[in-house]
Amino acid sequence: MSRTAILRFAVIVGGIAVLEALCLAGVIDKITMQPPHLIVRDLWRLLVSGRMNAAIVKTLANTLLALGLAVGAGLIVAALLHRRRAVRDTLDPLFATYYAVPVFAFYPFFIVVFGLGDLPQILIAFMLAVVAVIVNTLNGLDRVPPVLLKTARVMRLAPAAAAWRLTLPAAGPHIVTGVKLAVAYAFIGIIGSEFILSRGGIGYEISFAYNNFDNATMYPLIVLILLASIAINSMLTRWERTLLARRGIR
Amino acid sequence: MSGEELGAPQVALRGVNKTFAASRERAPLHALGPIDLDLRRGEFFAVVGPSGCGKSTLLEIIAGLSAASEGSVHFEGRPIGREVPEGVGVVFQEDATLPWLTVQQNVAFGLRRADLARAGRDERVRDALRIVGLTDFATSYPAQLSGGMRQRVCIARTLVMQPRLILLDEPFGALDQQTRLLMGDEVLRVWRETGATVFLITHALDEAAMLADRIGVMSARPGHLKDIVETGWPRDRDSRIVERPEFGAITARLWKHLRGESMKTLGRPAS
Repeated sequence: MSRTAILRFAVIVGGIAVLEALCLAGVIDKITMQPPHLIVRDLWRLLVSGRMNAAIVKTLANTLLALGLAVGAGLIVAALLHRRRAVRDTLDPLFATYYAVPVFAFYPFFIVVFGLGDLPQILIAFMLAVVAVIVNTLNGLDRVPPVLLKTARVMRLAPAAAAWRLTLPAAGPHIVTGVKLAVAYAFIGIIGSEFILSRGGIGYEISFAYNNFDNATMYPLIVLILLASIAINSMLTRWERTLLARRGIR
Repeated sequence: MSGEELGAPQVALRGVNKTFAASRERAPLHALGPIDLDLRRGEFFAVVGPSGCGKSTLLEIIAGLSAASEGSVHFEGRPIGREVPEGVGVVFQEDATLPWLTVQQNVAFGLRRADLARAGRDERVRDALRIVGLTDFATSYPAQLSGGMRQRVCIARTLVMQPRLILLDEPFGALDQQTRLLMGDEVLRVWRETGATVFLITHALDEAAMLADRIGVMSARPGHLKDIVETGWPRDRDSRIVERPEFGAITARLWKHLRGESMKTLGRPAS
């Protein structure tokens, strides 16, 4: 492990240790927060009991669905925009300001139109995630060297084959960056909307536990989400690094 | 081989012109022509010319990467349109290796289309790697190689397709002088071993004089052929040919033509 990695690890462990100390010393009272070691124990119990399984499955499945849709639609839209200069010039500034718009502000509208089911939640997550994929994919497509496109013609590749075998991998690292952001946005979209417009899922359970002063459920679930998103993110980061390392970029 | 008659040129250009249409930023530009040129099967033809004379445009037209505005281009008796014909390979000046693939995957890239059993494909890749001397680097990624080696990967990738016409667009332009001379030997060896026709664009007179059977000298824009110089070199040759007295005479003749044309490019009258 590198020096900075050790330091980073130390900062995290240190933070948890401070929390633990503050909780045990009573500076943070039990109604506000459990000491970290109890959170870990409660998380274990929660997972073993299986009573959150349905919520976990719902949240993860919806996140994956929203993510899949965002990546699929994002790639297609980016590929189309890349070919249509005029449309792209029109939309580019909108993409740039897109994340200044709080998508959650539209949630009453979504409820009216789509009801209280899973659909509006998936839609919010999709809307949050898709633009990250579009913007980063466009960025990647812009950077594909023209000589590679000429190479595709010399190799007499059909347009679909050229896109699949040449353009897509050439833009690969940028696309992975977009997917990485999309994972975070999809999680935020799903969990956030479960807080406000759902009757199930981890976000809903956290908010339910919060309203009932049920710290033994609330904190473990928060930790669970943290762990899940860190795990997915570091997996993608590792993949991104492998792609870049092959190209001699770190 | 196609059904062309014996002795007919492999590539025939007649009255080829290229004009770039006017746009908001600039007036229409007559970039090239008129050009009449025949390439004989199996010869090594080089083109030299001042910068901006349309050398690369000429290569792109022969390759089918760009369409001529006027005139006709035939490859083995068939007209070349907007598609690269089967049997034509191109190596560009820029690094065109695919950075996400290993050297051997790069070389095999174009073979998937060809109807080939896996074993035959592997053998062709091995042969091509041997010819360019990259056998030991088959599993490396392009980022781990030098510029000259990456260009050899591109040459090998072209060779596996067994082209009958190889177009080289200043393939060593980005390399240092020593590497360029050695790459010249490499290209001569490839040319001899494959029997393909080679059409080389270069701005280096010595490179053209050393490699080619015939050298076309282009004028300043709009580029047309001012002269075609026959070198008369034996087929079995390498970079040591630069020591011969004829070599000096050939480069001198090329330079005599090019000096005036290059001056025009710089906006000075030829004297």
